[in-house]
Amino acid sequence: MDKRLSMLKEIQALEFVAIELNLYLDTHPGDRAALRDFYTIRDKLFAAIECYEKTYGPLRVFGDAPSQYPWPWIEDPWPWEIEYK
Amino acid sequence: MWIYEKKLEYPVRVYKNDIGMARLLMAQYGGPDSELSAAVRYLTQRYTMPTNKAKGLLTDIGTEEMAHWEIVATMIYKLVKGVPAKQLREAGLGAYFAEHDRAVYPADAAGMPWTAAYIQATGDPIADLHEDMAAEQKARATYEHLIQLTDDPGVKDTLRFLRQREVVHFQRFGEALNDVQALMDSKKFF
Ligand SMILES: [Fe+2]
Repeated sequence: MDKRLSMLKEIQALEFVAIELNLYLDTHPGDRAALRDFYTIRDKLFAAIECYEKTYGPLRVFGDAPSQYPWPWIEDPWPWEIEYK
Repeated sequence: MWIYEKKLEYPVRVYKNDIGMARLLMAQYGGPDSELSAAVRYLTQRYTMPTNKAKGLLTDIGTEEMAHWEIVATMIYKLVKGVPAKQLREAGLGAYFAEHDRAVYPADAAGMPWTAAYIQATGDPIADLHEDMAAEQKARATYEHLIQLTDDPGVKDTLRFLRQREVVHFQRFGEALNDVQALMDSKKFF
């Protein structure tokens, strides 16, 4: 669970930066430096999510998690059940 | 449409049960200036915004508010998890428990159910964006009150994150407002 949590926290950290840049770009669509940062972070975020989903199952129902039987989407823990340390 | 991501935007750590704090957090879950009000307000107002910046911003902040609503729900869920019904009653949640058990029902700290009367959508982008900026400041103030009301370092940490987001949202709404104002001025309505 420790490895899983640290990967999840890395995804949360990357996605937070992406959200922050997303909102900034909504009102500054011509800011080249912010655009460059956004695409760099987005690539890192997708890589981190892909890596997480390969081992721990889908974070997104249409994501990159490998095909699996039975339907892995409903497996716990759900977000509110995770015990962070 | 929306697609769910099976994770919280920010971690929620709760070190011990605190029924009173769960009740106070209902203010941000189902109260007038709650995350639910914020999400419904922005996602409703976006249809009548005149600029693409404002349409995009209301869509994206409204979406982030739904993630904050989930974070607040998770704090409440964890704060009362496993607490016996009698203790909930002693802490003043007897009436709540009778109707909702430990369900996370959208009501305010006093038990009043959430209502759309908490929000406004006037169709006037200047009026709506001003309401949004005021709402962000009210939510920031509420989070500052809540931070003072708990000793739990996990709850404090998550509340600080949420407080900070309100500051950023306020800033972005101000920029969208300036943009809309410039458009209105250029059209010389009156
Ligand atoms: Fe906000």
